[in-house]
Amino acid sequence: MAALCRDCSTPIQPRDVTGRCPACGSPRILSHPELDTLAIAHVDCDAFYASVEKRDNPTLVDRPVIIGSRRRGVVMTCCYVARMYGIGSAMPMFKALKRCPEAVVLSPDMKKYQAASRQVRVLMLDVTPLVEPVSIDEAFLDLTGTERLHKGSPARTLIRLAQAIERELGLTVSIGLSYNKFLAKIASALDKPRGFAVIGRAEVLEFLRPKPVSLIWGVGAALQRRLIRDGITTIGQLRNLEEVELVARYGTIGRRLARFSRGEDDRRVTPDVPAKSISAETTLEQDIAALDGLKRVLWPLCERVAKRLKHGTVAGRVVTLKLKTTDFKLRTRSQRLATPTQLAEVLYRSALWLLEREADGTAFRLLGVGAGTLTPAAQAEMPDLLDPATERGAQTERIIDEVRAKLGDAAIQKGRSLLAIGPIPAAPSGQRGRRHR
Amino acid sequence: MKFTIERAALLKSLAHAQGVVERRNTIPILSNTLLEAKDGSLSLTATDMDLAIVERLEADVAEAGVTTAPAHTLYDIVRKLPEGAQVEFDSPGKDAPLELRAGRSKFTLPCLPPEDFPVMTGEDLPHSFTLAAGELRSLVDRTRFAISTEETRYYLNGIYVHATETDGVKVVRAVATDGHRLARVEMPLPDGAEDMPGVIVPRKTVGELRKLIDETSEAINVALSETRIRFAFDEVVLTSKLIDGTFPDYERVIPTGNDKVMEVVCKSFAEAVDRVSTISTEKSRAIKLSLDRGSLVLSATSPESGTATEELEVNYDGAALEIGFNSRYLLDIAQQIEGDSAQFIMADAASPTLVRDVADSSALYVLMPMRV
Repeated sequence: MAALCRDCSTPIQPRDVTGRCPACGSPRILSHPELDTLAIAHVDCDAFYASVEKRDNPTLVDRPVIIGSRRRGVVMTCCYVARMYGIGSAMPMFKALKRCPEAVVLSPDMKKYQAASRQVRVLMLDVTPLVEPVSIDEAFLDLTGTERLHKGSPARTLIRLAQAIERELGLTVSIGLSYNKFLAKIASALDKPRGFAVIGRAEVLEFLRPKPVSLIWGVGAALQRRLIRDGITTIGQLRNLEEVELVARYGTIGRRLARFSRGEDDRRVTPDVPAKSISAETTLEQDIAALDGLKRVLWPLCERVAKRLKHGTVAGRVVTLKLKTTDFKLRTRSQRLATPTQLAEVLYRSALWLLEREADGTAFRLLGVGAGTLTPAAQAEMPDLLDPATERGAQTERIIDEVRAKLGDAAIQKGRSLLAIGPIPAAPSGQRGRRHR
Repeated sequence: MKFTIERAALLKSLAHAQGVVERRNTIPILSNTLLEAKDGSLSLTATDMDLAIVERLEADVAEAGVTTAPAHTLYDIVRKLPEGAQVEFDSPGKDAPLELRAGRSKFTLPCLPPEDFPVMTGEDLPHSFTLAAGELRSLVDRTRFAISTEETRYYLNGIYVHATETDGVKVVRAVATDGHRLARVEMPLPDGAEDMPGVIVPRKTVGELRKLIDETSEAINVALSETRIRFAFDEVVLTSKLIDGTFPDYERVIPTGNDKVMEVVCKSFAEAVDRVSTISTEKSRAIKLSLDRGSLVLSATSPESGTATEELEVNYDGAALEIGFNSRYLLDIAQQIEGDSAQFIMADAASPTLVRDVADSSALYVLMPMRV
């Protein structure tokens, strides 16, 4: 049986598998019969946001840390100390604080996390070019054919990657290693935190047999209910049905149910999957019902989306407005534009039109805007027969962008964004102030 | 209420009614059609509050009465009945369920009280004129493709109809545009339309009207005010609100100084555009026209699907020019041109191009080029 030391990545002889590493004395030994032949990995950062905060502020190390907004909202992530109190991601903040009143609650600092995420990605790319980010804190890696380059099996390379991330970035990761993405993703969750779990071909059927169907990616609450109604609760039971039968019953997902239940997944690890849409959203500090209040939040969101569209040299054809009511009901409304756009101004005008129809006195807790049906930037802002002003508006926005590129985002703003900061103080002499009231 | 009616006639009217009734309604009564039976006829009314259709049919009325029943369900039932069936309606009145029988089939439908059915308030329609069905069809067909679907510019979501003069001749003109193309069609001004205001007829009304025109050969009476329009013919009356907005000054965008004239055989041009556009990307549908003396090369490139080119003989003696268009817009226009040849009158690759039917000066089209 192949085995490696998790701390010094030294290969371990079969006789030492149950003991400590002869080289460094570590008890963390990874052994699996197929260890040398598996090459698809899922790497997941442990309690990512909280870990970044702890790394940057060592006084937090042994305290329960929750990332999220204290005034409202949900736990975005929490550290392993906080998890001992029964706190978990997506738990409403008031519940979490009831369980652990002494928890340190920090507002998310996405810029910092994105920077850390990029650093992690750089280390991953040193290992293989086939890195497929799934989200800010996880990615699939395909290490097939890297043995000679890294002078060792993929498992050994991954151990070194985990060590490098710990050493250089002060963050820990959990690794799942298998022969496809579906199983690698499952494996990474088996041994968290700072884990390394392996699922091999020999044990896969037995391993999956008793697991709930919800483990399969794409089986959500609704499909799970249907499956349970049909008497299927475990992955093993899915295998009693042929693929055609599953497709007939449940539609295209049936194919995945059939394949995944047998441990088969033919999806490749593909770096740089092009984005389907670009969006920005924010949970409001306080519920807002008034159109004026919502407008103030909408504009900076449009600017953010426009910035990312321009950065990615794409343009969006469909504008989507996303609203969440105080009782967590989601409303999305979208509108197709006459021509794809990259401009904050055009996004804003369209989103505002949609917003005006939704602002019926309902209080909202979340507001978002997105640009979908992305096309190359060259097709953006097609000239309009009737509205030469779009052309001028586009030029204005490009000039604003150039100024910002030189002097920073705060250097130049549209008048509208001043409203986003707060009420404009009334001018000393009546006339002008009154207009803003 | 009790009456019997022949399936085919009823189906035709219900088809009209269910076109007007929206599939999803927040106000339940708007899903229903109003059925009124008396004096040997059945009158069917459907509305979405902006558009209403009233249609009268012959029926064998045993007992006069009125009720409302779900339009789509009614349509689906009658559609599935065998040809030639006699349909029997029976309702004790008010909101009691409606019974419907045909052969051995029997249906019971929930009803809503007719008093709740919204009636479009009668309004004085001071301008009235008559058009032949064919004339109205030609006005509608040659403009409706250019109607905008962009809701933010709601005033473009219809056909603008107004009275004006072309070279001293009084005409009625229909105009539609979505900012990328514009269609302008005119015909001699009918009697009674001299003082009509400019009105914007909504897209949905245009669509329903177009279906009705196909089923008639008669003259159509048009009556309108600043806020309403009514089309009446045979036993059908279609009344619609007009779009409350100002149609932009479209004359401004019709180019007058363009000097590069290309004449093409319309049919072969359309076929070539259609073939070459197979390659243009789904999203942009861009196609390039490269013009030189006497020849036109159509081409399209797409990173995914490859390249296509086709050469056409054309009448052109201007300077060489490369200009891009949305292929679907080109086809839309080419389809409306009934004559053999079409004229493209261009300035440059960035300015609006004028398209005309060589044999018919009543229609003109403006097309905005694309960057290619």
